Amino acid sequence: MAALAWLEPLWAFSFMQRALLGCVLLSLSAAPVGVFLMLRRMSLTGDAMAHAILPGAAVGFLISGLSLGAMTLGGIVAGLVVAVASGLVARSTLLREDTSLAAFYLLSLALGVLIISTYGSQVDLLHVLFGTVLALDDTALGLLLGIALITLLGMRLLYRALVLECLDPDFLRAHSPRWSALAHYGFLVLVVINLVAGFHALGTLMAVAIMVLPAAAARFWVRRIESLLWLAPALALSCCVAGLLLSYHADWPTSPAIVLALGALWLSSMIFGRFGVWRQRLVSTVHLKG
Amino acid sequence: MKRRIFGQRLLVGLGWGSAAWATGAAAAAASGATAGPAAATAASTALPVVASFSILGDLVQQVGGDRVQMTQLIGPDSDAHVFQPRPAQARQVGQARLVFSNGLGFEGWMPRLLQSANFRGQHVVLSRGIEPLRNHGHGHGHGHGHGHGHGHGHAHGEHDPHAWQNVAHVRVYVRNIADALCAADAAGCDFYRQRAQAYDAVLAQLDADIRAAWAPIDPGQRRVIVAHDAFAYYGQAYGVRFMAARGVSADSEPTARGIARLVRQIREERIRALFVENVTDPRLIEQIGRETGLRPAGRLYSDALSAPGGAAPTYVEMLRHNTQALTRAVAGV
Repeated sequence: MAALAWLEPLWAFSFMQRALLGCVLLSLSAAPVGVFLMLRRMSLTGDAMAHAILPGAAVGFLISGLSLGAMTLGGIVAGLVVAVASGLVARSTLLREDTSLAAFYLLSLALGVLIISTYGSQVDLLHVLFGTVLALDDTALGLLLGIALITLLGMRLLYRALVLECLDPDFLRAHSPRWSALAHYGFLVLVVINLVAGFHALGTLMAVAIMVLPAAAARFWVRRIESLLWLAPALALSCCVAGLLLSYHADWPTSPAIVLALGALWLSSMIFGRFGVWRQRLVSTVHLKG
Repeated sequence: MKRRIFGQRLLVGLGWGSAAWATGAAAAAASGATAGPAAATAASTALPVVASFSILGDLVQQVGGDRVQMTQLIGPDSDAHVFQPRPAQARQVGQARLVFSNGLGFEGWMPRLLQSANFRGQHVVLSRGIEPLRNHGHGHGHGHGHGHGHGHGHAHGEHDPHAWQNVAHVRVYVRNIADALCAADAAGCDFYRQRAQAYDAVLAQLDADIRAAWAPIDPGQRRVIVAHDAFAYYGQAYGVRFMAARGVSADSEPTARGIARLVRQIREERIRALFVENVTDPRLIEQIGRETGLRPAGRLYSDALSAPGGAAPTYVEMLRHNTQALTRAVAGV
């Protein structure tokens, strides 16, 4: 009963129900993307993309004020331009993707700062765009739903190519340049739209966290990609619920509470997971003795 | 918050780094930094002064008339919590004889701007001489974001800076403005005193009108939900209880418990007045409205005036607008 009472706020308030729904949608779409992000060693890409999205959001804001649609669209366009441009540079010049992405996101960020400080009113653009999970309205939830559907569909269609692109990109590129390019750019598109979804729900920092941390934690428990893709969303969702409840019972700000829950899960997985420090050490010492 | 602090630092870094590069952006900046009506007519002889944000700008203009050439750093409908100075503004500050700020930690960026702009005039803190309220909020200090971002976030959380919401305090502001203008421009002293006196009469009338507007409303009924905790001085002066969805700064992140507390309070105490503000994100208030079946009763002006032609282009009109909106919503008209 006590446990039930502790869970009660989740359905007692409609803003909590909305937050929960937002968490479900985001966990379903962002966490699997995070798995591929991790496998491609691009976990820091999220942070770079967050900055790249700024000028698009700024332009959307300048054109139609505090309109969620315009700012989201602008953010997605800017993110995609940067993602595709850096992918293009990585695929056709001697620069690797990390460097070209860093270059493009810096350009984009500088442009965004220029636009905002030259033309913008000083209402906090980032704050308006990058909301809190407690203030999800119907439009924002619809956006999250749409992005989740696109992501799941996209991953289903690109699955084999994505796996190959992660594990052996040279093989894929040699055998099927078309699929290789499709997987590469398609994946970047998924990253960008999931980041924008995450910004609306949970703020910039959160968006990256809900991609990276569940995937990293899941990696300490399972090996196969399929298993990772199931476990990561489940872990993400349970941490979101824990974070929401923590925010309610301990009176903590919601986004940090969720990120801390994710972080705690990751740390404990690292120590106690099947492929974590403890078990691996234990196994190796036993092995030595034997 | 981390994100905000990081972002601020980035933006601030860019802002300061380019402060020396002033000329190019000057034309663009002039459209944003509102020059008073005096700028065109008496630009050559007028006293160059800078006010930190739109409300102070209006007050200084009321006293200074066309003997001052006014620049506002933060224009109408803009949030002082997130201000970044432009190079042209740094130059205007450097050339100003007087800089007016509110103080009480509202403009955490001011000391650094004055220093880097090489300001040689008098910095006038208008809240000097009033009795500040302590911050009660939810423990979120004012200047949470920018305080840390600028590296001098020490005592910002101590007092609530929104003192202008009490007309009695603004009468002190106006006296401080007149004193400062007299000290800087002795020849115009009579002029300033006269204008300050006339404006003080307007403010006294405003104060009386606000009290009269609230008088018929039962004190137990005077409860209002707002987005951020900017109305404590108004509440104290006119006997209204304000409850905020966020802390005292528009910056601080809301907690699930805080929102749930407000929702319960609205239901149990049958609160009818729910407001959005001109400088904060309306979505949180709208969410609370959906939860409780209340429709936001309108828009309050807290930390900035509206643009000319809006509902609150001057300080007096701002308080009249807020009072009318509040009393109507509370009385359920």
